[in-house]
Amino acid sequence: MTPSRMLRAGRLALVCLAFFMATAVTFADEPPTPASVEVPLVTAVPAASPAATPKIDSGDTAWLLMSSALVLAMTAPGLAIFYGGMVRKKNVLNTIMQCFIILCLISLQWVLWGYSLSFGPDKGHIIGGLEWAGLTNVGLEPNPDYGATVPHQAFMVFQLMFAVITPALITGAFAERMKFTAFLAFVLLWATFIYDPLAHWVWAVGGWMRNLGALDFAGGTVVHISSGVAGLACALVFGRRVGHGSEAMPPHNLPMTVIGAGLLWFGWFGFNAGSAISSGALATSAFVVTNTATAAAALAWMLFEWTYYGRPTVLGAASGAVAGLVAITPASGYVGPLSAILIGIGAGLICYGAVLLKNRFRYDDALDAFAIHGVGGTWGALATGLFASKAINPAGADGLFFGNPAQFGIQVVAVLVSWVFAFVGTYALLKVIDFFIGLRVGKDEEVMGLDLSQHNEAAYS
Amino acid sequence: MKLVEAIIKPFKLDEVKDALLEIGAKGMTVTEVKGFGRQKGHKETYRGTEYTIEFVPKIKIEVAVSDEQVTSVVETICRTARTGSIGDGKIFVRDLHNAVRIRTGETGGPAL
Repeated sequence: MTPSRMLRAGRLALVCLAFFMATAVTFADEPPTPASVEVPLVTAVPAASPAATPKIDSGDTAWLLMSSALVLAMTAPGLAIFYGGMVRKKNVLNTIMQCFIILCLISLQWVLWGYSLSFGPDKGHIIGGLEWAGLTNVGLEPNPDYGATVPHQAFMVFQLMFAVITPALITGAFAERMKFTAFLAFVLLWATFIYDPLAHWVWAVGGWMRNLGALDFAGGTVVHISSGVAGLACALVFGRRVGHGSEAMPPHNLPMTVIGAGLLWFGWFGFNAGSAISSGALATSAFVVTNTATAAAALAWMLFEWTYYGRPTVLGAASGAVAGLVAITPASGYVGPLSAILIGIGAGLICYGAVLLKNRFRYDDALDAFAIHGVGGTWGALATGLFASKAINPAGADGLFFGNPAQFGIQVVAVLVSWVFAFVGTYALLKVIDFFIGLRVGKDEEVMGLDLSQHNEAAYS
Repeated sequence: MKLVEAIIKPFKLDEVKDALLEIGAKGMTVTEVKGFGRQKGHKETYRGTEYTIEFVPKIKIEVAVSDEQVTSVVETICRTARTGSIGDGKIFVRDLHNAVRIRTGETGGPAL
């Protein structure tokens, strides 16, 4: 990028920061009034007796806050270095920067309008209103719909971390070739127009997919299908990296990738077990099945690769583990450990197959966002419809293998909707951004490496 | 004066260095290089994408010697670097027009 263009981009960034500040001032929240008791919103349970004042449970709150921190660790440094180790040395800082900056951007976006759009008072089953913008009316008293035993802001900040990691996952698809300015615009727009509505449909009170009965405990559709399919759209719109197919592009630092995978596994306990929004039996169940499915998936991928290619690779084991984590995500609060093993094995085999297919079709999803998150999330969401059992979680449903084929049908609908919405929405967003800003860096910049061309930095001096 | 340039297998470096010091070499320069001759490379696989890596890591030793020492230096390197398998490396002997010791300004033979 020429120096004058860089300055223009920098000035634009300053304007955006000013916009954030203006929005914050506009929605300036009043200090929470501890004495006031919120009138409980209508819940699923018919209120025969006056609803009790929600009471904060310190165990639930502690676990939810800890889980929020765990999920943050999944993005930074987990995903940042998982992806960072897989790109070429000249692009590692840019890759890490993308994850890091998403954490910063969405931390503000969520508080200013994202949380309100996602979980705010329902409008037509499609979106939340702006009544909660700037965290107005999101105080420290529990909200009975969203964590009856924890401060409302604890639920909000937990969800924030999900809103952060979802766009971060997409970065794997367009790694090594996206303009930083276009990236900033894309993240803000995607979060607002794709993630927030989808989260509302699946998780918010009044959301139409929630009303349909779609089961998604921790984000198979909202997080993984959406980001994975968005990744596919990105790979197709961006096109292949310079030299793709002819030049060797092996990972430059696999130890870093494996450390990242370990951090993802570690943090995912917050992602899944934290989604119980309580500390106790359900959180424990989710914790156990998360670990079990992940282990099964890693071994399945490793064995498949060993048979197919002759060697078990560390990248394969790490990728298999992540695929398992993805697949168990929607199912984690509804299935038992033995089902988790089957879900994990399925994830290892199916996602590995998806990676091989990518090589066959030769589209450049650089870090396999689609094969692992899109396909893994799809398998997980469908598997939820197979293996869910009310014996594990009475608030869920039974799946096909437990006598209720209808649930599988509902999951199929949820999957299809997520696919279409994420793909079409992302495609449209990309085209718009491409028109106004341009998506890719210039060819020379790409060859030079994004660390130097976008950031004037070198990772290893 | 001659510059003896030897490309050897990396694990042989210590042996060669010790032997050269024994026969009176005063110093050397060592670089990490990649190359191939008859030795084939290897395959690496990353998520189903296979790369054939043709270049093999080697070590290049450069020693500046007087004309009288060339034969013994070459013979020493050959003896210590040889394993008998493909990829042992090669030695090139170049003419050296001049050498200068930077600290003192000495040139020619005394600079070696």
